[in-house]
Amino acid sequence: MNTLLNLAAAAVLAGTPLLLGTLGEILTEKSGNINLGVEGMMFMGAIAGLSVPFFYEQLTLEAGASPSGTAGALMALAASFAAGAFGALIYGFLTITLHADQNVTGLTLTIFGTGLGNFFGEYLGYQAGGYAALGEELKSAFHNLSIPGLSQIPVLGKLLFQYNWMVYFAVILALAMNHFLRRTRLGLNLRAVGEDPAAADAAGINTTRYQYTAVIIGGGICGIGGMYMSMVTTSGVWVHNCVSGYGWLSVALVIFSVWNPARALLAAVIFGGLTVLRLYLPIPGMPIQIYEMLPYAVTILVLIASSIRQRRENMQPKSCGVNYFREER
Amino acid sequence: MNHLQKQKTGPVIHIVKRENLSVRRQWLIRGLALTGALLSGALLILALGHNPLAVYRDMLAGALGSPTVRRETVKIAVPLLITAIGVSLAFKMRFWNIGAEGQFLMGAVAAGCFAFFMYDRMPRPVLIFVMLVAGMAGGGIYGMIPAFFKAKWGTNETLFTLMLNYIALVLVQYLQNGPWKAPKSQFPKMPMLDDRARLSKILGVHWGWVMALVLVVLFYFYLTRTKQGYEIAVTGDSIHTARYAGIPINLVIIRTMFLSGALAGLAAVFQVAGSDYTITEGTAGGVGFTAITAAWMARLNPFGMLAASVFIAILERGSNKIQTTFKIPSSASEVLTGMILFFMLGCEFFMNYKLVNSRRRRENP
Repeated sequence: MNTLLNLAAAAVLAGTPLLLGTLGEILTEKSGNINLGVEGMMFMGAIAGLSVPFFYEQLTLEAGASPSGTAGALMALAASFAAGAFGALIYGFLTITLHADQNVTGLTLTIFGTGLGNFFGEYLGYQAGGYAALGEELKSAFHNLSIPGLSQIPVLGKLLFQYNWMVYFAVILALAMNHFLRRTRLGLNLRAVGEDPAAADAAGINTTRYQYTAVIIGGGICGIGGMYMSMVTTSGVWVHNCVSGYGWLSVALVIFSVWNPARALLAAVIFGGLTVLRLYLPIPGMPIQIYEMLPYAVTILVLIASSIRQRRENMQPKSCGVNYFREER
Repeated sequence: MNHLQKQKTGPVIHIVKRENLSVRRQWLIRGLALTGALLSGALLILALGHNPLAVYRDMLAGALGSPTVRRETVKIAVPLLITAIGVSLAFKMRFWNIGAEGQFLMGAVAAGCFAFFMYDRMPRPVLIFVMLVAGMAGGGIYGMIPAFFKAKWGTNETLFTLMLNYIALVLVQYLQNGPWKAPKSQFPKMPMLDDRARLSKILGVHWGWVMALVLVVLFYFYLTRTKQGYEIAVTGDSIHTARYAGIPINLVIIRTMFLSGALAGLAAVFQVAGSDYTITEGTAGGVGFTAITAAWMARLNPFGMLAASVFIAILERGSNKIQTTFKIPSSASEVLTGMILFFMLGCEFFMNYKLVNSRRRRENP
């Protein structure tokens, strides 16, 4: 029982970056763009989210003051969003304005972002003389919270009320996005653009503006997911290749959550659980590689299962992968 | 009335499709894009406080400056080129095979079965031949798995092939930690290959480079002059046309993916038996992804891929050099390749479309 409780809590923590990546990609795909650069944007967010607080800390310490954890966390949030959004802007400019192939552009963004993240990560290490790590004050801003009263409730307290702030941020974002896509005019317009840009255009919706906005904000959210990897998962230390596949898992999770932000919550916790299973349910004699293979193998199985039984309402937005070119209607 | 007014204030620039741009202009545009990418790279170097010219010169020297480094550059280019040809087959069919990394590793493991354990049971030429065949079979079969599901149920091949990369990597980790671990080593690593399983050299580099050049010509003809090449092109252009023309689409997908994976596996044999002499987690080292950029930079033309692979190999080799000279991290090569490809993707637009001043056009219809 206690093991299961620990596993559930660890699954939520491990699933949060997946959730953020998935949410970013859902928003992007709802506008009819498949951005396979999630991994790259997460890397860009990871390094930006680590390096800005890092330099902030250096500067305040040099000035003889002590850095504030809250300020550092806000900077990490803003910087990682900006970095992810910047990656998405490159993607958007190439695909929306210049009609480049979405698949190849996204892949290139992944290569570019991975390179950029590791490049500046190593560079930061040289600057810090070894490896880049944050001080205690800034790191503690990303520690698990202890909410007086609530966190002490048996079982429920551990299950719901003792995570770091980013977990709650991601959950609220998922619920808000769910509301936005289903219940607001802007959200419905966005979905119309993703399903049939020509019809949306004819109805007077500015498709270009919707696509750019969705792609850029989506990329920013992916960037925040990357920041979770460098600030929480590796606790404020740059680890080479720290995002390692989480971006790609996020792209797959979009399919499992059938483009629904609320279902992404569940999908992210399940896959978060798969990535940490080895620590909580060890089976003697089983090679750890079997555990490490699990998230990827399960992804493949679910991909196959969902392709065998496809339903109309559970499909990708129809214009995904195809660039809309007004002059070619 | 209102409508007319609106036309006057409408966008001045208009996008029009362009037909048959001369080859010279195409190369001019691509040259400009490459220059733009290198300039952006220079800006980044400048921002880090180094002299871009000195860094680029050091890169060239590190990749081409002496016979020793030139050989190293060729060693990087060979597996890259062969994998790129493999990837391009799938891409021509619009099958997004981003699993070359995994197919490469499976080829290495399959060849390793013979190179590690059977090297003393057959004559050397037979051993090398068996390794090559095993590598191709390993990579090819691994590539066929997602193709089968794509053909049968339309399963998303992008994610499928990608997930297989991780599984192949985990398999290699398992082998080097357990069954294939070098007997006397304290670290989890595989033994070095016996001399008999190593490839002989031509002009200082394993003979894989000759094979790579042969493959360039071979696949140029395969894609442009054979029935199978034609079937790949039609399936990629329009699945409906292919079906209407009676092309067995499922067969084409599975067969092409076997070839695509087999080439990645073949490249792996050259990497293992010609360059590394062992298998590690880093045997593939991102070559599956770099191959995609090489293939796309060359617009899937095998001769273009030859140029692109050599170019990327120079970048990779060169960034190792600048890491030691300038303390610029070697990931710089990935950043630069990414930038170049961004510019290449962007410049295609200016080859396919032209910008027209719409006001002037309206005046003389």
